[in-house]
Amino acid sequence: MTTKMFGAPVQRTEDLRLLVGNGRYLDDLGEGSYEAAFVRSPHARARITGIDVTGALDVDGLIAIYTYEDLTGRVAEPLPLLIPHPALTHGRTAYPLAKEFVNHVGEAVVMVVATDRYLAEDACERITVEYEALPPVVGIENAHRADRLVHDDVPGNCAAHLVQEVGDAPAAIAAAPNRLELKLDIERSACMPMEGRGVYARWDAADESLRVYTSTQTSTGVRAAVAAKLDLPLDRVECVTPDVGGGFGVKIVHPWPEEILIPWAARLLDHEVKWTEDRREHFISAAHERGQLQTVRVGFDDDGRLLGLDVEILHDNGAYTPYGIIVPIITSTQLLGPYKPGAYRVDFRSLYTNTVIVTPYRGAGRPQGVFAMERAMDAIADHLGKDRTEVRAVNFIQPDEMPYDHGLLFQDGRPLIYDSGDFPGSLDALKKLVGWDEFEAYRARARAEGRRVGIGVACYVEGTGVGPYEGGHVQVETTGKVVVATGLTSQGQGHQTVFAQIVADELGVPIEDVTVTTGDTRRFPYAVGTFASRAAVMSGNAIALAARNVKAKALRIAGEALEADPRDLEIVDGQVRVKGSPGASVALGTVAVLSNPLRYAFDEASKAATQLTGKADFSKPPVAEDDEPGLEGRDYYSPPTATFANGMHAVIVETDPDTAEIRILRYCVVHDCGHLINPMIVEGQVHGGVAQGVGGALYERMEYDEHGQLVNASFMDFLMPYASEVPKIEIDHLETPSPLNPLGIKGAGEAGVIPAAAVFASAIEDAEGFPITRMPIQPSELFHLRKRFAAGEIPALRRGADHAAGTHR
Amino acid sequence: MTDTQIPTEQRLDIRLSVNGVPHTTTVTPRRLLSDCLRHDLGLTGTHVGCEHGVCGACTVRIDGKPMRACLMFAVSAQGHEITTVEGLAEPDGTMHPVQQAFRECHGLQCGFCTPGFLTVVSAFLEENPTPTEEEAREAVSGNLCRCTGYQNIVKSVLRAAEITEERKGCAHAEGDAR
Repeated sequence: MTTKMFGAPVQRTEDLRLLVGNGRYLDDLGEGSYEAAFVRSPHARARITGIDVTGALDVDGLIAIYTYEDLTGRVAEPLPLLIPHPALTHGRTAYPLAKEFVNHVGEAVVMVVATDRYLAEDACERITVEYEALPPVVGIENAHRADRLVHDDVPGNCAAHLVQEVGDAPAAIAAAPNRLELKLDIERSACMPMEGRGVYARWDAADESLRVYTSTQTSTGVRAAVAAKLDLPLDRVECVTPDVGGGFGVKIVHPWPEEILIPWAARLLDHEVKWTEDRREHFISAAHERGQLQTVRVGFDDDGRLLGLDVEILHDNGAYTPYGIIVPIITSTQLLGPYKPGAYRVDFRSLYTNTVIVTPYRGAGRPQGVFAMERAMDAIADHLGKDRTEVRAVNFIQPDEMPYDHGLLFQDGRPLIYDSGDFPGSLDALKKLVGWDEFEAYRARARAEGRRVGIGVACYVEGTGVGPYEGGHVQVETTGKVVVATGLTSQGQGHQTVFAQIVADELGVPIEDVTVTTGDTRRFPYAVGTFASRAAVMSGNAIALAARNVKAKALRIAGEALEADPRDLEIVDGQVRVKGSPGASVALGTVAVLSNPLRYAFDEASKAATQLTGKADFSKPPVAEDDEPGLEGRDYYSPPTATFANGMHAVIVETDPDTAEIRILRYCVVHDCGHLINPMIVEGQVHGGVAQGVGGALYERMEYDEHGQLVNASFMDFLMPYASEVPKIEIDHLETPSPLNPLGIKGAGEAGVIPAAAVFASAIEDAEGFPITRMPIQPSELFHLRKRFAAGEIPALRRGADHAAGTHR
Repeated sequence: MTDTQIPTEQRLDIRLSVNGVPHTTTVTPRRLLSDCLRHDLGLTGTHVGCEHGVCGACTVRIDGKPMRACLMFAVSAQGHEITTVEGLAEPDGTMHPVQQAFRECHGLQCGFCTPGFLTVVSAFLEENPTPTEEEAREAVSGNLCRCTGYQNIVKSVLRAAEITEERKGCAHAEGDAR
């Protein structure tokens, strides 16, 4: 009997490969290929006055050296601005190799190709680039002040200025009985996948075709970009994504300069070329995220109900804007969380600085938005002397108000309409899980022991599964094995397993018989990519629909073979059989044989399908006019709007009264992503997100000095959490199905990270008794805040006297 | 024009014993063990995440002890027995208890850091076959993972200890039956 796979904690098929050293990541490919290395700018802002390569020419194994002057055709043009927007009036992108100016440390200036990477780096060291250093713009305040410009033709360093309004927020705030203003600051972090970027290209001169392997989150995107840049017909370019060692957003950006230059060089040299990013390159040449300054003004009634919310955001987009203004758009829309804001106005400026570009990192602008909203919620509660969860509850959108239209446009340019969710239910579950109502008693006991503890809460809503579409292809082979393909890519989310679960159920076959391929344009050429917690929703539903098509066809063909009405048939364990009469059955593999009339027999199975041995109805053509050969199906899923998942986190921290060390005592998550395809994998996604959230809240920051040097560009100095820093994570699930898609699912990939900065700020401020407005926060910052608090430079929370009295010095 | 001479690199024939198999190859003195394993011997299961000894993805066992292959030259690995992730499973393909445990407990996602964890944990459990949860956490605290939040890695360590014990039990039972 086929057991139901959807919803089961099925062990991952990809693990069989990955656990024994048989994964194939980018740098595992292409032995014998030439390897590239780059000379990158040591200056944050400079004019290139000369490049002397003569010292490198005698390096053993040198193949070629390229500077901007060598680039040809469209490769010499700026990289594409991937996501244009009317508000992005001053979008700027880099050249693949710098042309005259460099705008951040790490920008590629010269590409060297040699017979191996060691030699390519030898050559790089012997190339002399002369620069006229220019004073850089570093830091959001400096960018906004605009005493200096990053790009001479971008006034005010302002790439984009966008205002969205629902009602008259300033007037609503002015008329409100209570008003508060918060100034908030959140710093940069980065995705930091364990595997950096990498590209490997094979040019087939005889075929005039190119195959590009790249560690990407979108193979179809890279394929189209490379074809356009190299002026090749799309059908002469294929893009294959091998195993990818983590993405978290940075690998959705495309084409990276290297993704153009490596294929370009491979074609020019008529030889395979590979580039594997090293860790320092990843720090200074890939992408960061998070950095924003926010001003939040709220007006509210005496219950804490929002009447008006006015938010101004200064967003640091780094030196260029290849990925448009997606991050601040998401911040300004997802900031609203599970709440009705009253009148709402959000105004952001996206600003250039001479630093690495800023593009989505897991959460993609939401952690900043949630930080703004949840800091405001805590401030309102404190102002009114109310429980923080009560203030949240009075502002919740209620389940019976779904679907709820915020009257704004989301990141996909479509209306921001929540499809479903049970926010009061989520909050109740969280309070129960963490023991919210018992916390004051715990605090009193802790205080009696001389310990300082605090509890925090933060809520979020996440738009997942954004369009435009994904597709799926399902094919039953004559062996009965099922091959499935979808165009989007995988970076560890277990797609090969969860998509196989879906197909196994839809088609009625054992999961072991289902093989899934992702991110290979040879197998499925239409796709968008893996980002925005969209893979399960988009490809999962597309694949389910494709499998249903295959099932319908299988039943039709089997019905003819079994002389039965297809409606009386079912598929169980790969056998099509008459319901209630299991003896009358035909194997799905045989149905596949019957679906494809053949002239030639090459094995026993195909012999049955040949024209002269099979039974034939001479009144009909072998393939009916409205039919196609083969037992396969293809379908697409394209939703009108995103589907909205939600969650709420609580954390209990202890802060050391002397050292200001912040210890996590408990971390609780309530998460609602609709139906779970594989709860084990969903929990894994939440775990990983929370760990990145802990990192972003307590440890990770990009430390730029005033010269624009990233001074902590290594794993020695950029502190990512180890097992010793991540607490045990307690999870409870709600399953509010999405009404928007056939499987009732919502995305889960980013959830864990979204409320982390907010929830830690909430808990630390609760422990300390003064407001926390800046994240991340390390013990040294907390120590200095305490000193400033003691000196009267920081106001106490109103409830601070109750909580932390007597322990501050 | 740089005035430094470009020296011709010395090349050395070396013999390495990896997963019980002798290999001969020719390397330059600066060739890292990680690069030699991956690109000269084709054992690409050992991954390189930072090349400065912090992330632990490249961890292999040298004479049983976990070592960062990115911090060792290939030439200095001569005369030592090297075990990589490819050498953990039984010759018949049966997964090592640590590999089986990582699968059962979903101890990996993208799988890039995983070989380093597997080599570290396999060595740890030989020293401490019955770790507490705290000891298990401590044991993996020198390796970075960006996907799992370590929750299921810690679980995997404890489960691997159980599997090792279970397999011993089975072996005893088989022995008794004879």
